[in-house]
Amino acid sequence: MATERGLDLLDEVSKGDNEGGALKDLTAGPAVSSKGRSPFQDAWREFRRNRIAVIGMTFIMLVTLVAIFAPFVTPYSFATQYTSYSRQKPLTPYIITPERLPDCHWGGTPLQPLCTFYITGSDSLGRDLFSRTIYGTRVSMSVAIVAATVSIVIGSVYGTVSGYASNRVDNLMMRLVDFLYAIPLLPIIILMQVYFQAISRRGIGSEPSLMNSVLELNKLSGGLLFLFIAIGALNWIGMARLARGQVLSYKEKEFVEAARAVGASDTRIIFKHLMPNIVGPLLISESLALPSYIFLEAVLSFIGLGVNPPIPSWGSMINDGYQGLRSNPHLVLVPGIALTVLTLAFNFMGDGLRDAFDPRMRGRH
Amino acid sequence: MTKYILRRLLVSVPVVFAMILATFAMIQALPGGPFDNVGERAMPEQVRILMERRYGLDKPLYEQFFLYLGNLLQGDFGPLLRSTSQDVNDIVGQTFPVSIQLGILSLILGFVIGIPAGVLAALKHNSLVDHTATFVAVLGVSIPNLVLGPLLILIFGVYLDWFPIAFWGANPPFILGFLPRPTVEFWTHAVLPTVTLGTGLSAVIARLTRAGLLDVLNEDYIRTARAKGLKEALVINRHALRNSLIPVVTILGPLLAAVVTGSLITELIFALNGMGRQFVGSVQSREYFLLTSLTLIYGVLLILGNLLVDVMYAWLDPRIRYD
Repeated sequence: MATERGLDLLDEVSKGDNEGGALKDLTAGPAVSSKGRSPFQDAWREFRRNRIAVIGMTFIMLVTLVAIFAPFVTPYSFATQYTSYSRQKPLTPYIITPERLPDCHWGGTPLQPLCTFYITGSDSLGRDLFSRTIYGTRVSMSVAIVAATVSIVIGSVYGTVSGYASNRVDNLMMRLVDFLYAIPLLPIIILMQVYFQAISRRGIGSEPSLMNSVLELNKLSGGLLFLFIAIGALNWIGMARLARGQVLSYKEKEFVEAARAVGASDTRIIFKHLMPNIVGPLLISESLALPSYIFLEAVLSFIGLGVNPPIPSWGSMINDGYQGLRSNPHLVLVPGIALTVLTLAFNFMGDGLRDAFDPRMRGRH
Repeated sequence: MTKYILRRLLVSVPVVFAMILATFAMIQALPGGPFDNVGERAMPEQVRILMERRYGLDKPLYEQFFLYLGNLLQGDFGPLLRSTSQDVNDIVGQTFPVSIQLGILSLILGFVIGIPAGVLAALKHNSLVDHTATFVAVLGVSIPNLVLGPLLILIFGVYLDWFPIAFWGANPPFILGFLPRPTVEFWTHAVLPTVTLGTGLSAVIARLTRAGLLDVLNEDYIRTARAKGLKEALVINRHALRNSLIPVVTILGPLLAAVVTGSLITELIFALNGMGRQFVGSVQSREYFLLTSLTLIYGVLLILGNLLVDVMYAWLDPRIRYD
């Protein structure tokens, strides 16, 4: 009983340290009286003062909403083809035919007049480019979120275990990371995606098995599942290194020693005492890595190894339009600008978070 | 230092071996083979068997692997499955120099623009110059090659018609096997791809240089240097800059990986006959030996690059010594 209470108490102490964790030395910062405010609140205040970072974050929230409610913010479906209206320039009025109006998501609403326009033109199959660009946020955002989650989960667990384990195990685990670090990422991801696409093209067997349900799930997600695996599978290496470094610096601290002294198990120490302390820096570093996942997905789609058509992805849209760049630049520019602006927003937010949570960066931007 | 480099190279040997094994296994695991189709039609069973026998693909996998390894040690990357007049060595000989030239030019551009821009921004901290440079740098980091390439083609190739928009301006034979002859054709063709790949690099370098220099400028030894009356230029050049470049060198490893990734895309966009384009082009036709060899070359480049980074580390920071 007594030990149990001791452990709970220690958890409290660790939690306190967590809030101090990466954000310690804050009181040393200039002119910030942190009386009665947690370091997190301080960091949040700092973040909010960074106008451009707030704009970035707001934009990302907006894009997330747009991705979720895509059918309501687009005039047309991403797949409906009007082949006689291919490669229309932006703001071209449709010649509305009676059979097309029911296709419009905005029919009967105040937005109905917009149904008569190709807001940003149409692609080579006469599909509405604006709608496809909006739907494209779904692929980009979900890849960013899932790949980041996968990377942070695998990376932090791997790094924590490696940093916490004995020297021999640590050495062995880090050898693997060093090896993966020497692997050329993009070529390997391309090979993985080729493999995944080949096995999903071969079709789903009839008997129930794990492989079949994975294939089924992948088909349901339009090929997203395998894309997640391909992008997430190797991108945790940097995270693992960071987590290991953090654990190495924390594991000799008094609160860990105290936990060990009252008989906490290794698992308990790792998950209750170490993890909460290192998660802050990991999250910030991950937010800076988000654009690279979006970018990787775009590259794979550009090569033709992305989601299954006709699901739009900005990379495949750029690839589609690329052949006719000279005569129809908007087919590349519209998804290209979308890709750039979203990356920009993620970078603004990531920089802002890093500056806000790293006291050394105070007053630097 | 020589001892350290030698040791690192020795440690790399098993890594390279594991990499060959992994890529070999991975590529063999791809469903479908190189001889499944002739054009659109399926290849007759008999012909396929004969073709596979000809290239030794009917042997057990471990035997194939050691055969490939043995050939590699003799400097032979293996045959090309879709062509009898060329082998993988020929393709590598033609495409490797193009990728290397593009990568090196972009890295040079990255440093030539990135370091001065970062230094200027840090020295004029919180001025208009600083804010402009910082903003342009974020923009440079954020615009993917995939977008910048077509944009440059559109502006400077199509509308202004200043530069050619496709192909590399240097062809084999190269000087020493990888250097281009510096003709006008080479430089004009190199501009757009180099800027496409180099912009992101220079932006990253500029940001790091700025942050590093700002850090260093607050150090006591800089105050000491100023206090003893050193000229500002000397303070910056001798005391500040060298130390501020350490974080820049740290990022060089990931930066090299970015060059590999970026050159692959840039080659696709500008139709350059480089390794990346060959790689993507031969994935679907299961060009086993070419794919394995190109992955291997990329990997060895990364390993050597990272070794170079560590050596530069020690050169910049005398406190770091590897013995």
